[in-house]
Amino acid sequence: MRSNWRAWLLASAGLFVAFAASADNMKLLHSERSLYREVLVYETGDVRCICFTRFCRIGRQTCQDVKHPDRIVMNYPQMMLSSLFVKPEPKSVLIIGLGGGTIPRALHDMVPQARIDVVEIDPAVVKVARRFFDLGANRELNVIEADGRVLVKRALREQKSYDLIMLDAFDHEYIPEHLLTREFLQEVKALLAPGGVLAANTFSSSRLYDHESATYASVFPEFFNLKRENRVIIAADGPLPSADQLRDNSKRFEQAFSSFGISTAKLLPLFSRKQDWDRDARILTDQYSPANLLNFGKN
Amino acid sequence: MLKTAGMQLILSYVIAGWSGFFVMAVELLGGRLLAPTFGSSIYVWGAIITVFMLALSIGYLAGGRLSMKAPSVRKLGLILIVAALTVLPLLLFAVPLLDAVANAIPDPRFGSLVGATVLFFIPTVFSGMISPYAVRLIVPDRSSSGRHAGQLYFVSTFGSAAGTLLTSFYLVLILEVNQILLTLMAISGVIGAIACLVRGETNAQ
Repeated sequence: MRSNWRAWLLASAGLFVAFAASADNMKLLHSERSLYREVLVYETGDVRCICFTRFCRIGRQTCQDVKHPDRIVMNYPQMMLSSLFVKPEPKSVLIIGLGGGTIPRALHDMVPQARIDVVEIDPAVVKVARRFFDLGANRELNVIEADGRVLVKRALREQKSYDLIMLDAFDHEYIPEHLLTREFLQEVKALLAPGGVLAANTFSSSRLYDHESATYASVFPEFFNLKRENRVIIAADGPLPSADQLRDNSKRFEQAFSSFGISTAKLLPLFSRKQDWDRDARILTDQYSPANLLNFGKN
Repeated sequence: MLKTAGMQLILSYVIAGWSGFFVMAVELLGGRLLAPTFGSSIYVWGAIITVFMLALSIGYLAGGRLSMKAPSVRKLGLILIVAALTVLPLLLFAVPLLDAVANAIPDPRFGSLVGATVLFFIPTVFSGMISPYAVRLIVPDRSSSGRHAGQLYFVSTFGSAAGTLLTSFYLVLILEVNQILLTLMAISGVIGAIACLVRGETNAQ
């Protein structure tokens, strides 16, 4: 009993020290200039992150626990992966935006039968993901270096289709505006196989929230709106599953998710259908797409 | 009614300044038009800027040549109107034209270069004709030609700066791309029409 007490004390002291140190111990491991930006790899304690700005505390793209690369440290990839509760057996997946490759790696583990195409605009990000984020030379992942929208159009021309499309191309600083328009979402919807699902990592604050929601609603009349510090929209080409179906589907993944440190039970309550935005907000189109200007107006 | 030399002078400056505004507004909107088909990477902007610079350079040559034959502020107004009219295909056919180019040329670098050429080359050549032609109209004698040319470049490039800023900071937040283009064309039409009303054939010194 007493030694137990001491162990707790030690552990919490250790945690405290680690936490205090973490603020200062941010170490730059690597930096890579690309056509688009500077890609930086920082390590704080055991957590390694990709950043696109020197002020890494805000601009974190992807983080990984170095000692446990299987644990998913950030919130939004967990929410993105929960799109499997809506589409449990995807045979083909398209991911737009690679980052550190957290999502494709986990997805490959959870649905090994799926063919996964990843499109990333920045070759430097691909390089960094392979070298620092355990993406390795994974042959199952087909990484294509191209603009997301250009690739979607090309895939449509080649009459491809995907069961699951994940859109993860935004960051805090900059939104590729041509990936947030009604026309783009229509193209993505056309690229979905019948009953296919779209999961999009987006924003949960700022004036853009209303415009973004209205734009998604103009293409997908109903969608799940999962919110933590990010927002993930999960929409389907067809009706959304009921709460019971979601729970049943999530049970299949309970074990797979927990091996990544994710609790399916904590994700399920996030599946909200509430339309909590201003429905009169102007829809973003290829003709009207000032997403970045709208994102300045914080709520 | 409008026949004073002063009026001609003012109009020459107004047309040069507005044309500068017009070119840069169209250039920025060009990025908007190309993005859905080719993305918005640095090479897409590179393609757009290359095409505009090339077209302007050829326009300068053509405008200078044209100013040799009976120059008038009327003709300058006419060039402004033609430059605006050649933007019309952007409004009507930009999407199918760019789709066709992307189909033929999968590489987004050369695709965007060809796409930008198809859409913007001709209107920008006409816009490029304006400055040298206006220089011909405002220069009274050889000794002050440098000063007058300098003033004209100032007005024209200041207009470009204003067109860039207003379009990218504000206009895209208020209006659709095609609405902005139509507004620009309408203003060109009005200024050009006023210039066409000016009497007196030449301002040749």
